[in-house]
Amino acid sequence: MSELIRVKHLTKDFKEIKAVNDLSFAVTAGQVYGFLGQNGAGKSTTIRMLLTLIKPTSGEIEMFGMDLSKHRKDILRQVGAIIERPDLYKYLTALENLRIFAAMSGVRIPEKKLMDQLAMVGLAERADSKVKTYSQGMKQRLGIAIALVHDPQLIILDEPTNGLDPQGIADIRNLILLLRKEMGKTLLISSHLLSEMELIADSMIIIDKGKKLVEGKVNELFDPAETIVELKTTDDKGTYEKLQGSSLKGFVKGLRNDCILLKLHRDQIPALVNDLVQMNVAIVSFHSKHSLEDYFLSLTTGKEYVEAITN
Amino acid sequence: MWKLLQIELFKIFKRPRTYIAFGAIAAVVLLFQIGMKFDGKTYLDLILNNVSDSFEVDDTFKGKLLNGYFICFAILNILLIQMPLLVALVAGDAIAGEANMGTLRLSLTKPISRTQYMLVKFMASIIYTLLLLIWLAILALFGSMLIFGTNSLVIFRSEIIEQMNSYDVLWRYVAAFGYAAVALTTVSALAFLLSVFAENSIGPIIATMSIVIVFTILSEFNIPLYDKNVKPYLFTTHMVAWKGFFYVQTDAENRTIDGSIQNLPAILRSLGILVIYIVGFVGSAIWIFRKKDILT
Amino acid sequence: MRKILLLLALLNTACFAKAQTIEDIIKNVKAKLDKVSDYEAEGKMKTNVIFIKAPIAKVKVYYKKPNKLRINNESGISFIPKGSVNINLGNIFINTSGFDMIDMGKEAKTNLRIIKLLPKDENSDVVLSTLYIDETQSLIRKAKTTTKENGTYELEMTYGKYAEYGLADKVIFSFNTKDYKLPKGITFDYDDGSKKEESPDKLKNKKGKVEIVYASYKINKGVPDAVFK
Repeated sequence: MSELIRVKHLTKDFKEIKAVNDLSFAVTAGQVYGFLGQNGAGKSTTIRMLLTLIKPTSGEIEMFGMDLSKHRKDILRQVGAIIERPDLYKYLTALENLRIFAAMSGVRIPEKKLMDQLAMVGLAERADSKVKTYSQGMKQRLGIAIALVHDPQLIILDEPTNGLDPQGIADIRNLILLLRKEMGKTLLISSHLLSEMELIADSMIIIDKGKKLVEGKVNELFDPAETIVELKTTDDKGTYEKLQGSSLKGFVKGLRNDCILLKLHRDQIPALVNDLVQMNVAIVSFHSKHSLEDYFLSLTTGKEYVEAITN
Repeated sequence: MWKLLQIELFKIFKRPRTYIAFGAIAAVVLLFQIGMKFDGKTYLDLILNNVSDSFEVDDTFKGKLLNGYFICFAILNILLIQMPLLVALVAGDAIAGEANMGTLRLSLTKPISRTQYMLVKFMASIIYTLLLLIWLAILALFGSMLIFGTNSLVIFRSEIIEQMNSYDVLWRYVAAFGYAAVALTTVSALAFLLSVFAENSIGPIIATMSIVIVFTILSEFNIPLYDKNVKPYLFTTHMVAWKGFFYVQTDAENRTIDGSIQNLPAILRSLGILVIYIVGFVGSAIWIFRKKDILT
Repeated sequence: MRKILLLLALLNTACFAKAQTIEDIIKNVKAKLDKVSDYEAEGKMKTNVIFIKAPIAKVKVYYKKPNKLRINNESGISFIPKGSVNINLGNIFINTSGFDMIDMGKEAKTNLRIIKLLPKDENSDVVLSTLYIDETQSLIRKAKTTTKENGTYELEMTYGKYAEYGLADKVIFSFNTKDYKLPKGITFDYDDGSKKEESPDKLKNKKGKVEIVYASYKINKGVPDAVFK
């Protein structure tokens, strides 16, 4: 599988701040590539450099096998992007916005295809409404329509689910999966929603203070089957002491004000539940958290998730 | 390039604020024409104050003076000071407005070079300026000709009165409007340059107007120190050169020569200076924009 | 014999010429002017005033006895000097008996008789007139007049086919002008670097000139009074 994006020793200095520090990574064609990091880690800066909005201080960027600094137009013809929130011309309609950005994409797109694009994101009925009347979710969907209108091979999404409700988030997730699986697109996505990234990303990179912490396939970096459980009972303190004195002691990681924290393999959950029932533990709630959060926090804060959330 | 230009013009003319300038011009011109129609002779009394001691100045004479060509000249005298603001409204918004709306970052991820983007934006603001001037010409010149009729054009300069035969006037207005287009394009170029530095269009618009006002005041100062060292280099000094098309050559007996211009080389020199300013402003804007990191 | 007769004839003419008194000369001039009750003339007017640049204008000049004169640019615009009514030479003679006449002899180069007229009437507008008269044709070639209302003006006449009526083919009317100046804050002039008139003589010269070349006269055909309003 060819590499669609290859970044080598990318650095960006803003006066005294090193926003991106000797960053290197590669995105393989047909992948969903997650780009993770805390606020201010350098994700947006890196994405803006990929999209030529910011000039790198040093380093190389190759996309589609071409040097970005020399073949900018040829490369960008095959890229669609949303950067942060999709800001559009509020005084124009959705269709007018789409028509404008389609024309700027360097590809002739017939009117019918524009309407099809709007239909794909569920905005066909509001095509002639001014964007200022749109909700945040509708604007996000219009932004995606704009990113896809010229049928790009590479789609870069910077925080695509920002400001969306759960249904909206689910819609974006499904769309991303559709783009990858059925249309063979490559996607580079930065997001804070780790649970979402875990569901859709094939590979990822985690950066902090502009530097790469780790990069690789999701299932090779951490065991997605490991999980943190937040257990709420009618008597958390009493239950905690009971568990400490039982065979389940190895799973217990801590006691928080609102729950008991346990760490175990997903496969072990049914047996645990059984044991708790047998111990007459009155379970109020049993919530299994994704361990990508654990992994993310352990890398970026140097602490284990349990430690991070109990302290 | 043509498609991109169409898009820019579409965006400009879809915004309600674009029409403010056209409305403002219409309002000023109409109010001035109404005022002159009803009380133009009083306006003339002020100007003819010195002249009426030596020459017959009766109502018939004043009535003939107040013809369409004269009214248009008076309007241009007033409006071509305010027009820079109207032009800056669009040019100052060119880049800053896109940055403010957030659409700049999306536009610059498209396969268009930044130079091309800037050139298209500037061409759109030139077209807007030309349309404003055509609108002004229709109202101020043809409208005045319709309302007040035509006759010789008499222009009252500070120390000379220039009179041209009526058949010798129209071509001068064509030239004057053409020159005004270049003059206003200079202001447009300045606003365009300032727009690159801002993320809100109010800043470039106000900055442009402030510079034009200060430079205009300096251009009008009668201080010898400024006459040689400052004035010749201010673009505002050269913006009024359109009036030069109405300064006529005379023979030895002070008779005007039809079709002549008193000092065409001076007008062409001023034109050249304005073109240099335009190239300088736009060139700088493009150079800076190409290097700029887009953080909005 | 023939030579003697020729000499006598010449002497006779000379004596006869010398014999005309200034009263006779004025009387003859006035008689000619009195032949005209009114006229409507067409001509071209050139304005030569230091602060006015104007094209040649087609004008009509109307005259009605005793002292109505009006210059009209029917379609266009012309700066008509105040006091242009004095283009009518008859104005000088409106009250002949009211003048003291002084014979100033002849102007050497032109041989014109110079006669000064001083009005006896203290209320007269005219203060002094100096006339340069062609005695043989009874025509005033030049007149310099000082008036109370319109200052001093000069007239220079060139005669042609209308000489029998005392009507000139060309009149140059010179008059005084006041300074013309408007504040630059009103005019926003463009300084095109043209050289301004710096000769002190010209700057001091506050005289304007208007030259009318007459194409035709309609004499004694009637002119309505309304024209002079």
